[in-house]
Order: sequence, then structure tokens, then C-alpha cells
Amino acid sequence: MSALAAALRKEALIQWRSRAQLLAVYLFGAASLLLFSFAIGPDSAALRQHSAGFLWLALLLSSTLSLAESFGHEMENRAFEGLLLLGAGPRSLYYGKALSNWAQLSLVGIGLVPVMVVLYDAGTPRIPSLVAVIVLGTSGLSAPGTLYAAMTAQARARQTLLPLLLFPLVVPVLLASVKASSLVILGDPMGQMGSWILLLVAFDLIHWSLCGLLFGRVVED
Amino acid sequence: MSTPALAVDAAGLCRRYGRRWALVDVSLQAPPGCVVMVTGRNGSGKSTLLRILSTAIRPDRGTARVAGFDVRRQTDAVRRRVALLSHHSYLYEALTALENLEVAARFVGVPAGREALEERLAAVNLADRADDPVSTFSAGMRKRLSLARTLLRDSAVVMLDEPYGQLDPPGFRLVDRIVGSLRDRGVAVLVATHLLERGASLADLGVILEAGRLVWSGPAAELPSRARLDPDGEGGA
Amino acid sequence: MSLPAAPFPAEDRTLFWPYALAALGLALLLWGSSWGLFVAPAESYMGDVQRIMYVHVPTAWNALLALTFAFGCALAFLVRGSWRWDARLEAAMEVGTVLSALLCMQGAIWAKPTWGVWWDWDPRLTTTAVMVFAFAGILTLRRFVDDPVKRAVWSAVATVIAYVDVPIVYFSVKWWNSLHQHQSSPETVSKAFHWPLRINAFGILFLMSGMIALRARLADLRRQGEMAPPLPEPGTVALGGAR
Repeated sequence: MSALAAALRKEALIQWRSRAQLLAVYLFGAASLLLFSFAIGPDSAALRQHSAGFLWLALLLSSTLSLAESFGHEMENRAFEGLLLLGAGPRSLYYGKALSNWAQLSLVGIGLVPVMVVLYDAGTPRIPSLVAVIVLGTSGLSAPGTLYAAMTAQARARQTLLPLLLFPLVVPVLLASVKASSLVILGDPMGQMGSWILLLVAFDLIHWSLCGLLFGRVVED
Repeated sequence: MSTPALAVDAAGLCRRYGRRWALVDVSLQAPPGCVVMVTGRNGSGKSTLLRILSTAIRPDRGTARVAGFDVRRQTDAVRRRVALLSHHSYLYEALTALENLEVAARFVGVPAGREALEERLAAVNLADRADDPVSTFSAGMRKRLSLARTLLRDSAVVMLDEPYGQLDPPGFRLVDRIVGSLRDRGVAVLVATHLLERGASLADLGVILEAGRLVWSGPAAELPSRARLDPDGEGGA
Repeated sequence: MSLPAAPFPAEDRTLFWPYALAALGLALLLWGSSWGLFVAPAESYMGDVQRIMYVHVPTAWNALLALTFAFGCALAFLVRGSWRWDARLEAAMEVGTVLSALLCMQGAIWAKPTWGVWWDWDPRLTTTAVMVFAFAGILTLRRFVDDPVKRAVWSAVATVIAYVDVPIVYFSVKWWNSLHQHQSSPETVSKAFHWPLRINAFGILFLMSGMIALRARLADLRRQGEMAPPLPEPGTVALGGAR
């Protein structure tokens, strides 16, 4: 447990020192939302209808940036190996990193909500529900994303490999998050939110445990 | 817990990188409190040997027990008793010197308070740069910080891979002092370097690697005469 | 986990059986397909278009089988650590991905005359499409990793995660699509059509098995070429010394 605490503290330190990077990822997400609106055209009704989809696409694209960067610090001077050699278990390092990535992505997602509300006329009184969906969805992106980021940080062509490996895997997260967000924004007359939230929770549980289990194999020689 | 008879007990270590065997059939034994100098040309396998003994990589063949534990099967136990100063600094560029030590100290379980860490920085002459980010450090300063990081824990075996690299003469003396005090405390020290004269006066045991094979081992005092690292230079037989 | 340092001896295992299996499979496939295409009666509703089912259904079974086998190889590799499983993993993944891609194409070919669109978001086909990308991604990963050990471990890990994800993808697409008009895929087959189907199923199975065996052998040979030649045993003289 103390190893996890040490890992979290390390992540907090690094995140704080490189907070400009968080801002850059957020700006990228916001820019993506703007670009998507250009792709659709100034049809307010259509924009509102698909606002959830665009939000999650923007988040997905932003995640590749922040996930890849999260291991940049670790690989520069092989700091990660240094921690492993101190006796820090790979599992604590994984969960520390995954939790930190989750927090970062959630912040970006929540920050993008006002942008979405403005650009897509996607206002809704049920903001807490939207935040909950964002938190659950980014959790699903973060767990496998952290594992694959660790992998691709050590391989060549890492910029292309990470999204290539991650995107097919997180299709359920995308589907469920978009659907659930849509229901929050546009209304949920038939009460379908429950099943989508359940899907997200199931995905999160499975991947947070599976990826934590397998992480050691990925980073050890 | 009784101290193990040998701090390092390696036999027949082999390791491959791609098509090349970096280490072939290397055996090494060192009791506690012994300083071993490992020397050889670039690419002779010195780093590979240290990395295997510190469990950074696994041997393809052979066995090794370090601080009484098997490097393959008891990796965690070895890691908790061994420290490696590597070519890579293991530092976070974005963090300050103090923060880098703090991160490591928390994982190792030693006091991570500001005072305790400032003391350690002072021991390597970095006290005045405690709050500067590592990204602003010169190569020599990084080396000294890495050295401080290596010494955070009381290890049974300390391995230094080219500790003199990037350091200035005061830095050299710092390393010598550190090795001496480690030896006095009964810690086994492995030093990989090609500074022959320095190592020979410091070490008890000398080992020469060539093309991944161990070609000589014996008293360190005989090293300068045995090692012909620069046959075309002034080093004589 | 420690993999054997030297590649296992390159015995010249006979390639007769894989080739024979593949040839038998091809023969069965030709037989079953010609039966289905020319001899079997046309289906009452859909007419001749339905004949694609004689290839589509067997391809579906075998694609899933290949990828399930790949999953098994990945687990075996992570647990047992033998190079053979890595070679089989690569082979099974490649064959499975190709079959899955074929499946998607067959689905599109069926959908266009039937529904007027190339793609109808049928849960099974959509899941297959996602699988094609997932496993193609892992095959790409293999190309970009130089160290054979890392490559083997990473693809095994990625295969396990991707395979575990398949049912989740399927259910999520199914729920997602259920809100729209659910169109059926060419699954229903009445009894008169069973024989060509079964023959083709075995045909593709044998063909696939033969190809996996051959491809695994190729993967092994490539990897042996990448790794250093085996060391002489300790005790023997090496490096040109005189005995």
C-alpha cells in the first residue's frame, strides 16, 4: 500500500511540474471540437444531436497525447527502470500511473463540457450525471491506455502504435460513453442509462484488474 | 539473519542481444566488504554483467546469487539489497534534485524529509542546487545526484557502472571516498571502469572482460599490468 | 519466465502433413462450394444471393476458431514460455485476421443486394471488423519491436486483452444497434443446405490448420535467423582455439 502511495505522490509531483502539458492537451481537445463542428456545418440541430459523439472523439484523440506523454518522463533517463530496481513493484507503479492518467483525462473531459455546451448548444441541467459519465468513461480509456503506453514507449513508431492498439480495444467505452452522454444531454425517456453505465462499470472492472495483472510482464525484461 | 557467505556468487552467465552474445560464460565471486574492479574495452560486457547482477536484465544462461538471493527467482529480495549506479541517470528531468531523491526515498522507505535529503545532497556537493530542476543540471551534477540516489538505502551490494564518467577531479575523490566507506561498512562494491590505476589502488579484486568473456581475474594490484586496454597506446604489457 | 537461450534445434520436421492438410482442405472447399453454388436449390426468399452463406458461415466459424486458438497460444506462451507458442500465435493471428477481413467483405457483398447498403452494422460483423483492427494492430506491433523476447511477451499480453474484449465489444454493439432496425445477417439455413455447409466448414478448417502450421514454421525460422547462434556448451573450446 505504501508503494502505491509513493507512486501516487511521484505522479502528483510530475503532473504538477508539467502542468503546462495538461493545458496543451486541453487546448487540443477544444480545437478538435471546433474542427468537428466545421466538418458538420452550422446546422444547430444536427450539432446538438451529435454533441456527445464529438465530445468523446475529442477526448479519445486527446488521450493518445496525454497517455504517450505520461511515459515520456519515465523513459527519458530510464527513471522507470530505476524505480523497478529499487524494489518498487510494477503493479503499484501501474496503478499510480493509471490513476494519474485517469485524473488528467477526467479534468480534460470536464473542461471540455463548457466548450461543447457553447459550440454545440448542448446545455443540460444534469451536469453531475455528465461528469459521472466522463469519469467512468475516461477510466476505461486510462486502464488499457496506460498499459499500451508503457509498451509503445519502448518500441519504435510509438506515435502511431498507441492509437492503433488502443482504439479497437476501447470501442465499448466509446459506444457506452457516447450513448450515456447523449441520454444526459438529449433526455432519457426510456430509462436506458442504467445499462450503459453498467457496461462502463463492467469494462472498467475487467480492465483495471486484467491490465494490472499483466503490466509486470510488459515492463520487466 | 546470517550474512551470506558470498555477496556475489555468479557462475556461467551468458546473455545475448540480438545476434550477438554480450556475455559468455562469466563467473564471479565476491565476499562482503570486497571491492571488485571490472574492466575491459567498450562493449566487453561490463555493463551487461552489472545489469544482470542487479536484476535489471535476466541472464539467458547461468546462475547468480546476489546478497544470498537468486537473481531469477528471488528478484524482489535482490533488489531490496542491491543498488545500481547506471549509465542512465534514472532521474526525472522535470523534478528538482530534492524531489528526485524524495521520490526514490519514499519507495525505499528511508526518511524523505527535507532535512534528511538535504544532508544527502550535501554529501555529494549538491546542497546549493537542491531546488533546481534536473533539466538544468550538467552531466557531472547529474552523476552526483544519481550517486546520492544510489546510496539512499543501506545495501549489501553496490554496483557502480563507470562512476567516474563525467566527473571532475573532486568528483573522482568523492567516488573514492564513497567506495572506501562502503567497504569499511562491509558492503561489497563492484566498480566497472576503465580507469585502471584508480581502480587498482581502490579495489581488492580485479576482473578483465573481453568480448563478453572473462579473460583474467586476480588481485587488483596486478590489473594495470594485466590489462592491455590500449595496445597501440602507452599502456605496456 | 526464461525462454531457452538457444533456438530449439531446427529439426527438419517434415512439411508433408501441413501441405497435405491444406490440399485436403482446398479440395473439400472446392467440392462444398461447387455443390452450394451450382447444385443446391436456391433459397425461396433471397434467391441466389443467399448462396454466399456456404462460404460465409464456415468462414465465420473458422475465423473465431483461429482467433480463439491464438488466445490459447498467448496464454500458453505466458505460462509456459516456449518459443513454439509465439510462432503459433503469430501464425494464428495472421490467419485469423485474414479470415475475419474476408468475413467482413462477404458480409458487405451479401448486404448490398439485400439491403441496398454495403454495411448494416450487424453486431456480429461489426465486432468482426473491430477484431480485424485489433489484431492487425498487434501484428503491426510485432513489426516494430526488434527484441524477439519483448515482441513475444507483448503480443501475447495484447492478444489476451484483445480477446477478452471481444464479448464486451459484441454486447455493446448489439445494444447500440438494437435501437435501430435490427436487420438479420445471413444465418438461417434450412436442413436441405447443411451438407455443403459442413463440407466447406471442414474444408476451411483443414486449409486453415495447414496454413497455420506452415506459417508458424516460417515464423520460427525467421526468429532463429534473428537470434544469435547457439553457444558451444561450456567445456568445449571455441573462438578458433586449437583442441
